[in-house]
Amino acid sequence: MSQQLKIVIDGKEISAGPGQTIMEAADAAGIYIPRLCFHEGLPPGGHCRLCTVKVNGRPVSACTFPVAEGQVIENASEEMTALRRKIVEMLFCEGNHYCPSCEASGNCELQAMAYRLGLLNPQLPYLRKPRELDASHKDIYVDRNRCILCGRCVRASKLLDGKTVFGFEGRGINKRVAVDAERSLNETPFSVTDQAAKICPTGCLTLKRKGWAIPVGQRAFDKGPIGADIERK
Amino acid sequence: MTENYSEIINEVVEQFGKDRSRLMDITRAVHAKLGYLPEEAIGLIPKALGIHRVEVRDMASFYAFFSREPQGRTVIRLCNSVVERMKGADAVAKAFEKAAGIKFGQTTADGMLTLEYTACIGLSDQAPAALVNGTPLTNLCPADVPAIVQALKAGKSPRELPQARVDLNLRQPGPVIFAPMQRGAAVRRALNMSPEEVIKEMNASRVRGRGGAGFPTAMKWDFCRKAEGGAHYIVCNADEGEPGTFKDRVILAQCPDLVFEGMTVAGYALGAVEGLVYLRAEYEYLLPSLEQCLAKRRSLGLLGENICGLEGFNFDIRIQLGAGAYVCGEESALIESLEGKRGAPRDRPPFPVQKGYKNEPTAVNNVETLCCAARIMEKGAAWFNAIGTKDSTGTKLVSVSGDCEKPGVYEIQYGMSVDALLQLVGGQNAQAVQMAGPSGQCLAPKDFGRSICFEDLPTGGSVIVFGPQRDVLECMHQFLEFFVEESCGWCAPCRAGTTLMCKMVEKVLEGKGTRNDLRQIETLGNTIKTMSRCGLGQTAANPILTTLRNFSNLWDAKVRSEDYVAPFDLKKALQEACAVTGQKPHAEE
Ligand SMILES: Cc1cc2nc3c(=O)[nH]c(=O)nc-3n(C[C@H](O)[C@H](O)[C@H](O)COP(=O)(O)O)c2cc1C
Ligand code: SF4
Repeated sequence: MSQQLKIVIDGKEISAGPGQTIMEAADAAGIYIPRLCFHEGLPPGGHCRLCTVKVNGRPVSACTFPVAEGQVIENASEEMTALRRKIVEMLFCEGNHYCPSCEASGNCELQAMAYRLGLLNPQLPYLRKPRELDASHKDIYVDRNRCILCGRCVRASKLLDGKTVFGFEGRGINKRVAVDAERSLNETPFSVTDQAAKICPTGCLTLKRKGWAIPVGQRAFDKGPIGADIERK
Repeated sequence: MTENYSEIINEVVEQFGKDRSRLMDITRAVHAKLGYLPEEAIGLIPKALGIHRVEVRDMASFYAFFSREPQGRTVIRLCNSVVERMKGADAVAKAFEKAAGIKFGQTTADGMLTLEYTACIGLSDQAPAALVNGTPLTNLCPADVPAIVQALKAGKSPRELPQARVDLNLRQPGPVIFAPMQRGAAVRRALNMSPEEVIKEMNASRVRGRGGAGFPTAMKWDFCRKAEGGAHYIVCNADEGEPGTFKDRVILAQCPDLVFEGMTVAGYALGAVEGLVYLRAEYEYLLPSLEQCLAKRRSLGLLGENICGLEGFNFDIRIQLGAGAYVCGEESALIESLEGKRGAPRDRPPFPVQKGYKNEPTAVNNVETLCCAARIMEKGAAWFNAIGTKDSTGTKLVSVSGDCEKPGVYEIQYGMSVDALLQLVGGQNAQAVQMAGPSGQCLAPKDFGRSICFEDLPTGGSVIVFGPQRDVLECMHQFLEFFVEESCGWCAPCRAGTTLMCKMVEKVLEGKGTRNDLRQIETLGNTIKTMSRCGLGQTAANPILTTLRNFSNLWDAKVRSEDYVAPFDLKKALQEACAVTGQKPHAEE
């Protein structure tokens, strides 16, 4: 085993392995760095930027940045939390998120992140742009109203399922998740058993006929905030 | 139809060796043949290449020059960037709409003409300007437009129009870039040294990158040379998309030899066998003369195998055309685009010098930087070093446009003050100067004593002068619109943040903003700046953030004294619901 390194996150010294990213090292040490587009088992996407930390004063994304001896890292400071909260606010205003009527409520990472970071009512203007819903597949909806463009389904379908069912399309504010078909999801080999079907952090990819299956009180984030699993380690 | 398409597409795909990394060229060629990219083509290209349809869709939907709708035989792309609008592009646009009988974004019923807007096309010194099927028309005025439209509708080539002329406007040539050169001199001198010595000489010159970031060129080359890989690449960044910049266009038109000379020197220093020029689609009209120059150099033994008789030094250059995306000037996005993908920047590390084009060590340099490299080889580091300031050696090309008497390209010594530059260009009564383009900063007269150099005011080359009559904040709003349009959309803070910021700025400019709105705008701007993935997002808020600092009086004058003003009109918002339900809204209070 190669030599361990020492890094400091928010004043706490932890050890890290060479070749690890800052996020991997922090996770292993039970320090949670907020994230939405990252998912265990997939390469980082670098989309949401919530995991941005300051390394020796310079902002970098923890999901991609490698550890190095002696790094002094700022993670859960008031400043970083405010910056992250602002990004979550942007995501809420960019899409159309109706939490009270959404079947992902309570299991939604975006919603849980808003709670964790203390987002109250958004100050930014809502875009209120209509987004396309694809209900063509027999088992699953793609409701782009709730998509935050984390790209987890894109990576999972390509790398875990070997199918490349999803991709991106367009640029800037018009960027959206596209399917590998002329028109809609039912033309693809997508299956409800795919890894990509289980990986959406919000309610964008939702199972049909399964809404509100988990009673309130037992949903993923009813018992503890997002990140609690890492902090319990 | 399908048969026909599939024949065309298979042929094109064959022509590019069924190489997935040439998807950009393949799509460009298909687009050129069909006039647009029908869904059928989006389905046939991946079949021929053995890739997924969504990959082609992803790439093709990213670039502004790829159309998914049928376009007219002639496509007029009028530039509506800030300087162009200062020079009357709006009136020219109206004239085009009137003469063609369609709106921008539409195609005439007879399929002859399409009108589109486009971001800066590198002709701000002769604005308003347009690209007509790639041919630039300059100094347009509304009175010319009916004749232009008539001629184009009659099938005349845009090249025959009297407005189809590009002036060099090279107002002040200097010793480094625009001095006469002897073809091959720099390459020969370099080949007399070892690659390490070439890098040492570059290091002694202390030349820094001219593309914006100012990274020491010798260090970049050294990292790249030492990085392990199966091949090394030198890439010339000719994407020049920063609004108000056009100095690389003048270099490419005036002295392409010097650019290729620099690339060949770099190729030798890095141990590269291939150099790539990423040429923005807007400069496609320069391609024939660039290819001619390359052919000449091949025939003289300055490119190809055993260059200048040096056994084993094989190096050649390929030009890759872009397809309309400002972000592709960012070096890692450029590399993605070179590989035939959407121009999404990469996270670093790894840096391009470690893993760049095709995951091999790659040095990306600006056009002007490569010219400096050639000249340093030719004349020596000491000569170069003697020009400029301590930390900024050599000269800098600035492209000056806007409210000044002599817009054009100036080769200035580093260290020149903004005031002195304004004197030179005839822009003394400037109210503001946009230094380094929208991604730079908006300077007030109090800053005009500062000097242009890496230590004080760095610039990639764009200098836009705003005269006393201009509405500076409206110009900043238009800059922000540019970033909204050009954000690649990969990361949330830039994708959503720029659009939301634009909405908030509009609210203030419409006279509905409060002091709290300004604070919100500043907080949002700082979030975009700190949290974005690449330089585009990190600088997109600058037009607003720097004017909040330097022109706070203008912003203060825009806001109302109330604590809150609703961004919408309540009565209007309820109108429809009231009509449907037959109710009246509650009277306020
Ligand atoms: C959004 C964006 C656009 C850029 N556009 C250009 C460009 O058009 N030309 C250029 O040379 N550099 C551009 N750059 C800078 C490049 O990323 C890179 O730093 C430069 O090409 C390096 O060359 P140099 O070291 O010779 O300056 C851009 C950077 C960003 C973030
Ligand atoms: S900052 Fe903007 S341009 Fe850069 S990666 Fe993010 S979305 Fe794309």
